[in-house]
Amino acid sequence: MSIVGEPATKEPLSLEDLQASGNLRSGRKHVLSILVENKSGVLTRIAGLFARRGFNIDTLTVGPTDDDQISRVTLTVDGAIHPIDQVTKQLHKLINVLKIRDLEPADTVARELALFKISADGTQRGELMQITEIFRGKVVDVTKRSVIVEVTGTTEKVEAFESMVRPFGLIEMMRTGEIAIARGRGET
Amino acid sequence: MRAVDAVMECLKAEGVDVVFGLPGGANLPTYDAFVDGGLRHILVRHEAGGGHAAEGYAKATGRVGVAFATSGPGATNLITPICDAMMDSVPVVFITGQVRTELLGTDGFQEADTIGITMPIVKHSFMIQDPLEIPRAIHEAFFLARSGRPGPVLVDIPQDLSRAEIPYEPVADVRLPGYQPTLEGNQKQIRQAAKALAAAHRPVIYAGGGVVNANASDELVEFATSDRFPVTCTLMGLGAFPAPHPQWLGMLGMHGTRAANYAMDEADLICAVGARFDDRVTGKLSEFAPNAKFIHIDVDPAEISKNIPAHIPIVGDAKHVLAKLLVEYRALSAPTDRLSEWWQRIEGWREKYPLSFEDSTDTEIKPQYMVQALYEATGGDAIITSDVGQHQMWTAQHYDFPKPRRWINSGGLGTMGFGLPAAMGAAVGCPEMTVCCIAGDGSVQMNAQELATCAQEKIPIKVFIMNNGYLGMVRQWQELFWDGRYSHVETGDYPDFVKLAEAYGATGMRFDDKTTLVEDMKRAIATDGPVVVDVKVTREENTYPMIPAGQAAREMVG
Repeated sequence: MSIVGEPATKEPLSLEDLQASGNLRSGRKHVLSILVENKSGVLTRIAGLFARRGFNIDTLTVGPTDDDQISRVTLTVDGAIHPIDQVTKQLHKLINVLKIRDLEPADTVARELALFKISADGTQRGELMQITEIFRGKVVDVTKRSVIVEVTGTTEKVEAFESMVRPFGLIEMMRTGEIAIARGRGET
Repeated sequence: MRAVDAVMECLKAEGVDVVFGLPGGANLPTYDAFVDGGLRHILVRHEAGGGHAAEGYAKATGRVGVAFATSGPGATNLITPICDAMMDSVPVVFITGQVRTELLGTDGFQEADTIGITMPIVKHSFMIQDPLEIPRAIHEAFFLARSGRPGPVLVDIPQDLSRAEIPYEPVADVRLPGYQPTLEGNQKQIRQAAKALAAAHRPVIYAGGGVVNANASDELVEFATSDRFPVTCTLMGLGAFPAPHPQWLGMLGMHGTRAANYAMDEADLICAVGARFDDRVTGKLSEFAPNAKFIHIDVDPAEISKNIPAHIPIVGDAKHVLAKLLVEYRALSAPTDRLSEWWQRIEGWREKYPLSFEDSTDTEIKPQYMVQALYEATGGDAIITSDVGQHQMWTAQHYDFPKPRRWINSGGLGTMGFGLPAAMGAAVGCPEMTVCCIAGDGSVQMNAQELATCAQEKIPIKVFIMNNGYLGMVRQWQELFWDGRYSHVETGDYPDFVKLAEAYGATGMRFDDKTTLVEDMKRAIATDGPVVVDVKVTREENTYPMIPAGQAAREMVG
């Protein structure tokens, strides 16, 4: 939103100089951090606002906060595909929604947790352990024919690890979706 | 006391004087509480009738309407009124019974997931899980329904919880940390708006239902007349600016006046107040008001820049913002003669394209004349409700509403069958007023059962059925846009509305002579109790002027 002209002066405002606030696609990924009252049905109300517009939620996590009356929902949605401005305004209207932040990627620390079940027999295990080491992952389960690796990091890191281990034979992968916290002293 | 008795106390504490509803299994305890509750209850014949009656009551009085229904089919019958109240921002609290908690989720008898079904069409809803929550939920429901942008709020109470013994104390404080509507409006933005208005040479004020909801009609008139701002209202805003008036352009939109639509089309600045740029107003969005900048005043921030990007957005209640805007505007002492050219242009349209129709030369009643006759018969001093279709548009065009809350119709959802029960609710809320419903012969059948309620409760509504034997608006579209291939639009002579009225215990009349229509209507209005009048009108008359759907205002036809 940009408005030209100084409100404090008595000058008539030239109509030519007014610029409209838009409702356009932002072209970037949005991480919405939403504080909600911990009540039944809240998640359905939030998800419904996306569903009725045909918007796809990429990831969604819900968890407790330091206050047991309040939960935090973190969801990511692609602003290149969907004009999310309208849905954010509608989210604000939900009575159980307390606060919404549309986190700027540069000012945010975002992490997700992923578990990979990879097929690996004796000969491959060494190389797999090396890759895991590089990604600062952890082997959490080993059998004769498979290992399970835990990786934490940004979405990009998790996806990079995935592409590295896929040639070994990726049996299964589980991802939590991102949680995110604003950088600096201020609250998210 | 029992939780249901606490419900009665809550309603009384909220100032409720009437409840529209229908009992059933899951709300038997609630209905037991009505016996000694000291609250007026009106037994409707279908829950949808009760829901629309509560809407009519709310729209006529400005107070919160209340409708009760049982679980399952009772609750699902309320879906249309709930959605209607959502679309038109009507403050109504719906209280539904639910199966007892041990049956929840088991497909119990008359179980429906009422909270789930209604979630997208309520302002908020409360699923009661603990009887101790009931009083607070009811009070919060009323607070939410009436404040900010009004809307429907639903409270779903399982049968077993409603029977629980709870201590009741009046709830004075409502705590809703996630809900703080902005009412005042940003002072700097308001000043910007005043300056833009002072600079404009072709301004239009475009007022909607938000002005009525905020009781801001006086502020609107005072602001508009502080200069010579032309004013147009949406279908929902009719009456917010008094008609007729030298600055009144008429309604805008699909069936609005040419003066209003052309003024929007050529405006350099549009000041929208409590209006939401609905597609029936804008037509083709990319060609809507192509030369205009927009000031958008609305209490709901989600409406601003939703369809049309606003240059000066102001979040606030119309009453507060218009009052402040007036002060700011006066301080600028803008030269009034700058609007002279604009008014010449508008007067030109007014003269060239007045709202008109070709009247019959014999005794045949043209539908437009029927509306004018009702205006004459009531002296404009009545509450008028309508259903949805041609008759609704003709009423909006040809009945001059002098005050807000005199015109009650279903705008956003376009609900056929709204008018009769809404008239019933309006008449209960405003017993001193004449309440008339202009109904369609197709629409009226959808809630005609409420005539029994009106007869039993002696609610003296006057229903004037504009009977052309067609689902007229659909017929018109088939004629104009589907090569005249009529498909299932003819209703013929059925039913016999006079006999139907009599069967329900109302008075039935039939008028078909233009020359005596005004006197006949006066006679119908003077008749005690509910009256149904079958008015035979021209069968294939079209509603004009009109902007064909998806086209621009300057392409108006007819």
